[in-house]
Amino acid sequence: MTTTSGVIEHKRIVEISTPRKIVMGVVEILIGLLIYLAFVAKTSEEALTKFVMTPGGIDQGLMADWILPSKLTLTILAVISLAIGLYQVIRGFGKWTNLMIGICALCLIFGFLVWQAADKSLNLAGMLSSAVLLAVPITLGAFSGILAERSGIINISIEGMMLMASMAAAVVGSVTKNAWLGLLGGILSSILLALILGVLSIKYKVNQTISGTVINIFSTGMTAFISQKFLQHIEGLNNPKMFSRVPLPGLADIPLIGPILFNQNLFVYLMFLILIILQVALFQTRWGLRLRSVGEHPKAADTLGINVIKTRYMGVILSGLVAGIAGAFFTLGSVGRFDEGMTAGKGFIGLAAMIFGNWMPLGAMGAGMLFGFADAIGSKLSLLGSTIPPQFMAMAPYLITMIVLAGFIGKGQAPAAEGEPYEKE
Amino acid sequence: MTEKKKDLGQEILKEINQDQAETEHVRKPFLGKAAIPLLAIVTGLIIGALLIALTSQSVYAAFGESIGKGFSQAFSEIGTAYKALFTGAIGDPVRMINALGSDDAKEIRQAFNPILESLVQSTPYIFAGLAVALGFRSGLFNIGVEGQLFIGAACATFVGYSITGLPAWIHMPLAFLAGALGGAFWGFIPGFLKAKTGGHEVINTIMMNWIAFRLTEWLLSGPMTRPSSGGMPISPIIEKSAEIPQFFPSPIRFHLGFFIALVVAYVIWWILFKTTWGLNLRTVGTNPRAAKYAGLSTTKSIILAMSLSGALAGMAGAVQILAVNRSMALGLSSGYGFDSIALALIGNTHPLGVVLASILFGTLRNGATRMMVVSSIPIDIVDVVQAIILMFVAAPAIIRSIYRLRKPKQEEEQIFLSGWGGQS
Repeated sequence: MTTTSGVIEHKRIVEISTPRKIVMGVVEILIGLLIYLAFVAKTSEEALTKFVMTPGGIDQGLMADWILPSKLTLTILAVISLAIGLYQVIRGFGKWTNLMIGICALCLIFGFLVWQAADKSLNLAGMLSSAVLLAVPITLGAFSGILAERSGIINISIEGMMLMASMAAAVVGSVTKNAWLGLLGGILSSILLALILGVLSIKYKVNQTISGTVINIFSTGMTAFISQKFLQHIEGLNNPKMFSRVPLPGLADIPLIGPILFNQNLFVYLMFLILIILQVALFQTRWGLRLRSVGEHPKAADTLGINVIKTRYMGVILSGLVAGIAGAFFTLGSVGRFDEGMTAGKGFIGLAAMIFGNWMPLGAMGAGMLFGFADAIGSKLSLLGSTIPPQFMAMAPYLITMIVLAGFIGKGQAPAAEGEPYEKE
Repeated sequence: MTEKKKDLGQEILKEINQDQAETEHVRKPFLGKAAIPLLAIVTGLIIGALLIALTSQSVYAAFGESIGKGFSQAFSEIGTAYKALFTGAIGDPVRMINALGSDDAKEIRQAFNPILESLVQSTPYIFAGLAVALGFRSGLFNIGVEGQLFIGAACATFVGYSITGLPAWIHMPLAFLAGALGGAFWGFIPGFLKAKTGGHEVINTIMMNWIAFRLTEWLLSGPMTRPSSGGMPISPIIEKSAEIPQFFPSPIRFHLGFFIALVVAYVIWWILFKTTWGLNLRTVGTNPRAAKYAGLSTTKSIILAMSLSGALAGMAGAVQILAVNRSMALGLSSGYGFDSIALALIGNTHPLGVVLASILFGTLRNGATRMMVVSSIPIDIVDVVQAIILMFVAAPAIIRSIYRLRKPKQEEEQIFLSGWGGQS
């Protein structure tokens, strides 16, 4: 059984079926053709694309601008995608399949940028820097999902938890005038919701999708209620201190990477920290083995003396904790005030990132970065005077999520016992 | 019209009993099945009252003076709020009785306007609730009703204003149908993805929601914008011939759409419980494994169910445009999509239950508008109350332990929703 082997071995078996292999290859070839037909053909021979490689307002880790010949760059990108696609169809990349389609997607995005910025200048580093920031809630949302789902609980209420946490963080942060306490407030509110999710799904065995929906509706209503009743009238309740940029000494001086990754605010560093903790804890420790076994085969875990109920509560509460950090990001790390519905579906995109990343922390972060990047493109391109309506650019992350879900969900990759209440016999 | 309503009610009631006799062997009184939802609603309203008292500054001020004053202030605030809720939703009973005695037709209409307006508000809920209920019955969780509703509304609006010179008996049904088709298409996509690739419909429908919002935003500020709007994202006004008629002169908005909704509810009930296809669909929904062994095509069933569910959601948008708004703006929906989830569950995913729950919610929301005016309580309190009601309906054990009810002899029918992996 794949389920048991998944518990015993550290690595999960990723099987790529033949039709999937072919479909992936065809998609990759299509990407290559798209780059060629849509971008290369419409670019003039001597067009140059100028990428500014230092985000605005940063004086550490400076880097010279890149000036690329547009047409040649685009041709190379098209060839890379076509080559990957052909190899995929003929031989197949096996467990690297997801990575390869990711590379093709990157080629497409980069190609799109080169094409849009032909004969213009685009601050690529600034875009990447904002992409990292935009990826934070999505990646943390995905981590939150991983923690719950590895223990066997589907958590579709990450969105609601994030929304509630963003409001709580704004209010607590404003009242105490302390961003750290605001963060703590956000986390606690989210954990409270996670507890409700846990009680409903574990104790009362309510369908987990429905109990998640309860929390989502509750959060939407409650935050809008409190916002209209108090926050819009009392300025002192919605004016929190934010976490500011902290350049990491040494690391921030690395050209390009420094400004993008190591000259950010606390939440970006928290994202990396949680990534490392999660990756190690899930796969190198006894704790992680237990959590995963409960999600894969609770009956077997129970037989071995693992307390399934307790472990699942732990998973859900930790999931709430991480979702709380993600929520606090909106008010304390990004916008500086709470607005109704400000999470705008990021929690759900986080779930898609989790699935894309195959329930692995590192993969989820890669996917989160991709979504963040798609988000950043939309906001930057309108500055370039692109002819594409901004609404269509705003659709990109949602479309990518759907394509990812359609293409990447394979059989037997989700934790096996996920969604099923555990009943002791 | 009352005859029609009664007829439908009786038909559906009869069916409930039959259904129970078939599937559960023991006949339970209707109230037994309704007890949990009713108690859930009452408890939800009580918690709503607590929320009103807890978030009122004057209540805290009164508690500062003395505990007795605090309680009396709290009760008076709750009283004012819920009285406004009631008169806003049903009407002022004294005025209604006086109006009936006065023989003044206009006064009668106006006195009864709140309750008629409640039915107006219920109409999109009925469609949207049916959409979600149909999904649940076939094991699908359609959170995309909101987006399907927007697309349906956009399609209905487009047909409503762009085609001119048609007689009303063709134009109105055509516009309504366009709405249904638009919604069906928006439901078909996630259904197809679910059936063919296993992409989970919960995430896909939510993504489709956001895409629908952006798309309508673009449509209303671009191709479908009203020439005189001055940049506002709003569509042209639909032709007179596309309007679903209202029964009384303005400001009473009670319209034919309400009865269309009842008829559609009946049709959905008939499809679900009287046709082979409905049986297949329900089998796939409650026991996909058995359906597979019986050789039923889950793929076809999923795609059809999602499309039909989307069509219903599209009708919700169409009816709102054609009967009430008459042009499309971005603030079209007050969250019908998410409310409809609660409706479907409170109505036990049965069309009759959905109709009743929709009327209740339409009434609540209509009343809450007045409550917002009188006591300045944000209308979003309805969402909070809804979430709580939904929680209690989904976890009846909580309600049972609060009210010390006995556990039913057999398990309640469970809605089957699968995990990310699709069909297991």
